[in-house]
This record gives sequence, structure tokens and C-alpha cells, in this order.
Amino acid sequence: MDKFLQLLVGGIALGSIYALVALGFVVVYTATRTFNFSQGGMVLMGAYLTYQYGDDWGAPFVVAVLAAMATMAFGAVLIERVAIRPLVGRPPFVIVLVTLGVLVVIEQVVRSTWTQPALVMTTPWGNDASRFGDVTIRHVDFYTVGVTILLVVGFVWFYRRSRTGLAMRAAALDQEVAAANGVNLGRVTGLAWAIAAILGVVAGVMLTSRGGSALSPGLGFIALRAFPAMILGGFDSTSGAVAGGLVIGVAEVMAQGYLTQDFLGSGVEEVVPYVLMVIVLLWRPTGFFGSRTVTRV
Amino acid sequence: MTDPASTQAATREAPRRLVPSGRAVAVSVAVAVAALVPVLVESDFWMLVLGTAGIFAIGAIGLHLLTGITGQVSLGHAAFVTIGAYTTAYLGAERGWPLLAFLAAATVFGGLVGLVVGPFALRFRGDYLVVVTLALIFVTTYVVENWESVTGGFNGISANDASTSIGPVDFAELEVFGTTFTRAEGLYYLAWLLVGLVAVIAYNLVRTKPGRAMQAIRDQEIAASVTGVSVARYKVAAFAISSAMAALAGSVQALSARFLSPNDEIGELFLSIRFVAMIVVGGIGSLGGAIVGALLIGPLPELVRELVGVLDFSVPIIDRPLVTDTQADGGIFSSSSFAQLLFGALLIVTLIRYPTGIAGAFNAARRRIAVSSRERRDGGRPDTGDGPPPG
Repeated sequence: MDKFLQLLVGGIALGSIYALVALGFVVVYTATRTFNFSQGGMVLMGAYLTYQYGDDWGAPFVVAVLAAMATMAFGAVLIERVAIRPLVGRPPFVIVLVTLGVLVVIEQVVRSTWTQPALVMTTPWGNDASRFGDVTIRHVDFYTVGVTILLVVGFVWFYRRSRTGLAMRAAALDQEVAAANGVNLGRVTGLAWAIAAILGVVAGVMLTSRGGSALSPGLGFIALRAFPAMILGGFDSTSGAVAGGLVIGVAEVMAQGYLTQDFLGSGVEEVVPYVLMVIVLLWRPTGFFGSRTVTRV
Repeated sequence: MTDPASTQAATREAPRRLVPSGRAVAVSVAVAVAALVPVLVESDFWMLVLGTAGIFAIGAIGLHLLTGITGQVSLGHAAFVTIGAYTTAYLGAERGWPLLAFLAAATVFGGLVGLVVGPFALRFRGDYLVVVTLALIFVTTYVVENWESVTGGFNGISANDASTSIGPVDFAELEVFGTTFTRAEGLYYLAWLLVGLVAVIAYNLVRTKPGRAMQAIRDQEIAASVTGVSVARYKVAAFAISSAMAALAGSVQALSARFLSPNDEIGELFLSIRFVAMIVVGGIGSLGGAIVGALLIGPLPELVRELVGVLDFSVPIIDRPLVTDTQADGGIFSSSSFAQLLFGALLIVTLIRYPTGIAGAFNAARRRIAVSSRERRDGGRPDTGDGPPPG
């Protein structure tokens, strides 16, 4: 039972990170109706930039994270402007392919900029942990869950209550009608990319400090494991992304804890999110919270 | 033979030829050049590069059928290449199957896996396919790492003992008219023979009823289903054929690489993206484009490594060489990084600026030449409104 609780805590923390990444996917998906594979790149680059500002250039941690967010938000708007907007009106898969290209480019830029093999990010929580009965909780997990709740609540408030959020939802519903009512579609799409990038930076920092604070170029790949979270939740649903993220995170950590090496072999946790996704998709093709689409002929 | 009825019959028969007469010349020239290359090129390195390109071309033609013709994007192509490669290492090297047998087995096995996975992936609309096929990458890597008795696990498996001969013809030491070819040259022939075979299959598939159904699905899925095309069945079939071709490519790749291990490619996902880049740069929907794309993009890492001497010029301001073998040598990019960067950049730039790729540019140029020669003949002014650039 203790082991279960222990794993559950870890799973929820990991799931929160996946939820952030998945939320980033969802925001861009609702704005452009395409998957944004470059989100993995945002996670990766965000973590390295935070290291650069904080550990290398000596900025306090919070300042470093904020600076990384600003940089990535700007970068994301730029990417959207240069690489995505010219493709408006082209088949969705073309945009998907371009975001794949962006992912490759970002990963190589990171690999080439930060060449030292073992960079370690300094975080306020470090490797501290507290014991509650028989369960040990690492402080990073506290912060991860806390920051995720803050960000998700903030995002939902912004999306549901603010005028800009209303414009974003209108554009997601029907681009033409929204544009006819004075919504600046370009700005809405750019904003969606910026939000995704900011969420990505936080996810990157949290993912790095969870994994012992060592930075690795494989981070972008880990972020792709949040894809099933988005699908489980159903593409276009905010709460779905959060729920999907938590389910995937818990499933992954549980698999790692219980389906040990002797039973299903190493690395089984990397497959679990995808297996889970396929099973759920077979049962509910639109995920848990996704809106059913009706195609008109 | 002068009897009008038989002439008519011959005309009606014409479209059934394997290769159309209009392109017959171009195709035979290409085949002749391809056959002569090993005789003219002395360097084993270049033969390896061209052989690799051939291997990629087999896989690219497969992806061309799935993405270019049927309109389904897959990121699982690398998984099928891996499946084909390990099938070859196991059956060919461990079990000692003959060449044709394990080539066929790898192809069939890849196709079967595609047939089993396809319905899962294609039950959902195009959007989902990308992500579900992404799952294939993760699952294949997992299986390769853990199924030690077959794949050798993390230690890898040797494919060196796999046979390279069909009957008396050994591709590892080909001998024709007294000329002996090296293993690289022999595998080049094997790879491009298979490219020819696969290309003929793809070309003829596209012109038959299934091919037209596949294109209908790409262009208007709903309209296709309304006119009686069984969308799901054709999608799964296209996926299976594409997977089989990828596995065939993997099979030859195993012969060329001689040793397989899970840490070969930096993330198999990037191999899949490379295949996508090939058909995009070559021109989506064009068979020739897929082959040309494979020639250009397939061996890019090897080319960059070879051309490092050209690319290591010092970049102003930063004052470091652009590309060196590894970054420890002080370059901004390592050669493998730079090759990946090129894939990514080519993919982005092609999609934005030249959506029809090389094939599109080629066709536009041909049209322009045809128009201007017709005008010279007719004495008219060149019609500038004709043949707008694609995009």
C-alpha cells in the first residue's frame, strides 16, 4: 500500500507535467486544427534556456524561468509567423510535417549550442524530500503539482473570462465567423503558439528537475509521450488534456513500479502511454472529453 | 498487320504496357546509367552512398504510396524498416535462410504487421494516424530492446552471415565478364534492382482500380466513400503495402550495415521524418520524386561527413568552423547534427516555398520548354500566362 501511494504521488507529479505539455498541444490544435510536434522542441529548448540564464549567466531561478518563457514565447510567435502562417489553407498534414521539421531543427540547435555532456540545472528545491508516514515526497513534486494547478487555473480563467480568450474560443469554433466579427485570426494563432511555448518551458524545467536535474537532448522525445495524454482527453478539451496527462503519468509510473524488469522488461513504461491510448481510442474514438465531429458533405 | 481491326486492338492494348512508351526512353537511360555506375565509379565510399540511396528509395516508394497517393501521413515507417532489418538478421544470419527467402519473409512479415496495425491506426481519421503510428516507433524500440532471443537486445545482432547470393550469383562478390565487383557495388545492384521492381509495382498499382480508389481517398475521402470506395479497406491495404516496402528496405539495410543494435539511429523517429522529407523534397505524389528525394536526402549524413572539408570554413563573427566531424573539434555543428538540420530545414522550406517539390519544378520546366517550342514552330509570341510556378 505504501508503495502504491508512493508511486501514485510520483505519477501525479509526472502526470502534471504531461498535462502541461498536452495543454500546449490542445491550445495550438484548437487554433490551427493541427498537431504541433515542435512542442517537444519548446520543452527541450525551454529547459536549456533556463539553465543558460540561471546557472550560466547567474540570474535568480525565477527570473531565469521567466526570461526563458519570454524568449520561447517570442520564438514561438516567430515560428508561427515564418513557418506556419504561409501554410494557411493547405492540407493539415502539411502543417504537421512543417512542425516536425521545426522539431528537428530545434533539437539540433540545442545539441549544437550546449555541447557539454552533463549540465545540471540548479533549482530552489534541489533534491530535498519530506516524509509523510511511510511515503516520501520530493519537493520538486510539490512544486510541480502546485505550479501546474496555478497555470491550468490561470489558463482556464483567461480562456473563459477574458476578451482575448473569448476571441480564441470564437476562432476555434469557426474561423470565418470569428474573423467577420472582428477577431484578428493571426494574433489569436500567434498567441496560441506563445501560450504553448510558455507551458512547454515550465514542463521542461519540471521534467529536468524530476530526472535529477541533468539536462539531456532526449527531453524533447519525452515530451512526445504527452501526445497520448492529448488524445485520451480528446484533442480540443482543456480538462481532457489535464485528465489525460494525469492518467498517462500515473499509468507510466505504476508500470515502472510494478511491471518490473523480470516481468515485462526494461523500458515498458515508455510504451504504456501509447498502449493505453490505443485501447482507449478503440473504445472511444474521440477520447474522454473530445467533441464528436460531424462531417458535412 | 495492316488490318484496321488489329491496329485498333493494339491501340486499346497500349495502356496495359508495364512502362509507357513516352517515358520508356527516359527510363531505359536511367536504368543504363544505374547499371554502369559501379563500372565508372571506383570509390567504395560513393558506391556505399548510392547503395544507401537505393535502400532509402525502396522505403520512400512505400511511403509515396501511403502518403503521396492515399494521403495518409505515417511516422511509423522507421519501425517497419527496423522490423525488416531484424527479420533479416534473425532468419538470414542466425537461421541461414537464402537471400530470396529472407527478403520475401521480411517483406511479408512487414506487410502482415502493417495489416494488423493498420486497422487500429486507420480507424481514426488522418489526424490520429500520425500519433498512432508514432506509437509504433516506441513499441518497436521496446520490442527490439527486450526480445533478446531474436533481436539480441541491447547487445545487438550480427547480420554478417546472412547470404548475399541468389543461386550462383553472389552480390557480395559479383563477377560479370571478368570484372569483379566489391560488396558495396554488389549491394548497390541488389538495392537498385529492388528499387526497379518496387517502382514498377507502385507505378502500375497507381494506374489500376485500387490506385484510383486510393487517390480518391486522398482527394475527397467522403466523396470516395459515397461513390462506393471501401475507404477503410483501401487505407489498410495501402498501409500494408507501404509497410512491406519499408521492411524490404530494412532487409537490404541489414545486409549493408552487417550489424544491428538499438542505438543505431538517434531516435528512430528521426528516420521516419527523414523518409517524409524524401517524398516531400522529391515532390509529394510523384513516384520519380520519391526516388530522386531518396537519392538526395537518403545519404545526406554520409555526404556531410565526407564533405566536412568543404563545410569547415570559418563563420564570421563567431569565428568557429561551421561543421567538424564532432563538436570536440570546435565546429558549430557536428557532421551528424548538420545533416539532421538540413533534413529539417529542407522539409520546412520545400513545404512552404515549393509544395510540389523537385518533381513539380521538373514538370513546370518541361511544360515551359514544350510551350516555347510549340510557339517557335507556330511563329507565335510566347504565352507568358502559361505554366505558373507551383505554389
